[in-house]
Amino acid sequence: MSNHLFLPILTLLLGSTLATILGRWRRVARGIVLLAISANFLYSSWLGNLIFVSKERQFVRVGTLIAPYGISFIADELSATMLFMTTFLTLLVVIFSFLTSIITEQIEDFFFYPLVLLILLGATGVFLTGDLFNLYVWFEVLLVSSFGLLTLGRKQIQLEGGLKFVELNLIGSALLLVGCGLIYGLVGTLNIGQITQRFQNLNSGLLTVLATLFLVAFSIKAAIFPTYFWLPASYHTPPSVVTALFAGILTKVGMYVFYRVFSLIFYINLVDKLTILLLILACLTMIVGIIGAIAQVSLRRMLSFHIICQTGYILSGLGLANEAGLAAGLFFMLHTMLVKTALLVIGGIAEASFGTDELKKMGGLAAREPLLATFWFLAMLSLAGFPPFSGFIGKLVLLKATLSAKQYLVAGVMAGVSLGTLFSLLKIWNEVFWKTLPKDEPEPAPIKPYTLIPAAILVGSSLLLGLGASVVLASNTLAAKQALDSIGYLSTVLPDSPKK
Amino acid sequence: MAESLFLQTVSRLVFPLLFLLSMLLLLQGYDQPGGGFVGGLLGSSAIILQILSFGPLYARRILPIQPHLLVAFGLLFATASGMWSMTNAEAFMTNIWFEQTIPGIKHLGTALLLDGGVYITVIGFTTSIAIFFAEEAENGPEESSEK
Repeated sequence: MSNHLFLPILTLLLGSTLATILGRWRRVARGIVLLAISANFLYSSWLGNLIFVSKERQFVRVGTLIAPYGISFIADELSATMLFMTTFLTLLVVIFSFLTSIITEQIEDFFFYPLVLLILLGATGVFLTGDLFNLYVWFEVLLVSSFGLLTLGRKQIQLEGGLKFVELNLIGSALLLVGCGLIYGLVGTLNIGQITQRFQNLNSGLLTVLATLFLVAFSIKAAIFPTYFWLPASYHTPPSVVTALFAGILTKVGMYVFYRVFSLIFYINLVDKLTILLLILACLTMIVGIIGAIAQVSLRRMLSFHIICQTGYILSGLGLANEAGLAAGLFFMLHTMLVKTALLVIGGIAEASFGTDELKKMGGLAAREPLLATFWFLAMLSLAGFPPFSGFIGKLVLLKATLSAKQYLVAGVMAGVSLGTLFSLLKIWNEVFWKTLPKDEPEPAPIKPYTLIPAAILVGSSLLLGLGASVVLASNTLAAKQALDSIGYLSTVLPDSPKK
Repeated sequence: MAESLFLQTVSRLVFPLLFLLSMLLLLQGYDQPGGGFVGGLLGSSAIILQILSFGPLYARRILPIQPHLLVAFGLLFATASGMWSMTNAEAFMTNIWFEQTIPGIKHLGTALLLDGGVYITVIGFTTSIAIFFAEEAENGPEESSEK
């Protein structure tokens, strides 16, 4: 029993409720929010280190009730890594919103900070839970709070985007719920470990149906082709701080459940039938994402399509269905979370300065703000995959895993899409930073240097991730090993079962 | 909103009854039909009836605190009741039975406190949505957005 697994959940619950109650005193509320997220950041780094050193999963039962009646919480290297990165990004985004005035006091009064904590709560719950129905509930927490954040400010365009977002995500949730119901009817439990155990002795055609059902549900959550439409329809509408937060967290939680559920529950189906399907979907996601990105004319829409493109890479790591693929996919996921948030934070600063994110109305920022331009350039190099940044290592290990699995076509698509990424990022570079400002456009507002701190930390982390890749990859390999090791998972979750 | 004497009289009469019934549902929820969620819905329907018959301004005046604060307080209360067991180094949300019993309540433990938190949260949430819509229906969207 490790009761400490409840700490992040409790901190976030207490933090968000107290910040709501004390919302009238903005400084106090902000202090509480910062404190809660920093505490979680420290905790998640401690947890990650604990699991990495001891190589043992952490496990606790809520209310000491045994599965299948109770819910259990379990953390392995995969969940700890994701928890760490998510908390880190949320911390930086919150600091970014403190430093800039993008989140006005009026928006703050619509419970901006409590909602950020609730989004992190939903993500934390998804990472830690060991119960499929509980996973669905945490997804709902995530969905409701992200809808709140999307419609902050209550503009018409936001409501339109928010509705598309919620409707399509609700379809995903409904499919997930149907899947949970079918599984419960089939094996009489919703504990992920027990489902895995009972599925191993089950030879039913329904398993493939279930796997496909979950595939569609998670595809909607992770914005995989052809169910990605909610993402570009909604990401450009909220304040840019919110988009930066979403870019780091939302779709990546979807990818995490892909990794978790398909490496455990549906692993047999994955190897048999779904590998090809997953790889095709991954390739299509990459291609459609990059074509969409090149076609866009506004900064944030372009970056939204990049998010879709990058999830294709992560999915292909799972599609390889082996340890190397999972580890490479996880490394790439960490890299893209960092760099994507960095690009959107920098884009947010530029957008606030120009007052618009339409590329043709921007220009000349490289001469005006050399520091901002440098950070963008570095983040761009990282996303495109230049050494020594994390993008280079990420793409390298992913390509290596793809080639050794003899999926040459996928490797070709990856390399081609990589070029497209560079091309579209250079387009932004040309439009926003390089070309001279159009004559009839107003001068951009000067940027205060201290607002660049979060962007600097994010770009620096990407560099560090690239330089310290061997350590991170060791952790990711352990994560992949643990994720695929269903026997170890079972003996942790069901210590009393005879199968130990 | 047209004020109706019938509606106002009936809702005044029904208000305490609905609240008592919702409390009953809350208290018997451990092993009988009921619980914090259903009880909370019934309790908030009492408040919504007041909003419908007397208008949102009146409802805001008689409510002791802002409804969205009720949500936060309810969540806080539920979390705290779950944390009680952690002081005995047991897992979060482990139920603790109280030695002392109150007549009329069969099972007294931290589970009831958790249900109470849910009850408050549900009342706060439903009421704040209802008041929001009622205000928007009266004032139009521009004015109510300032809150």
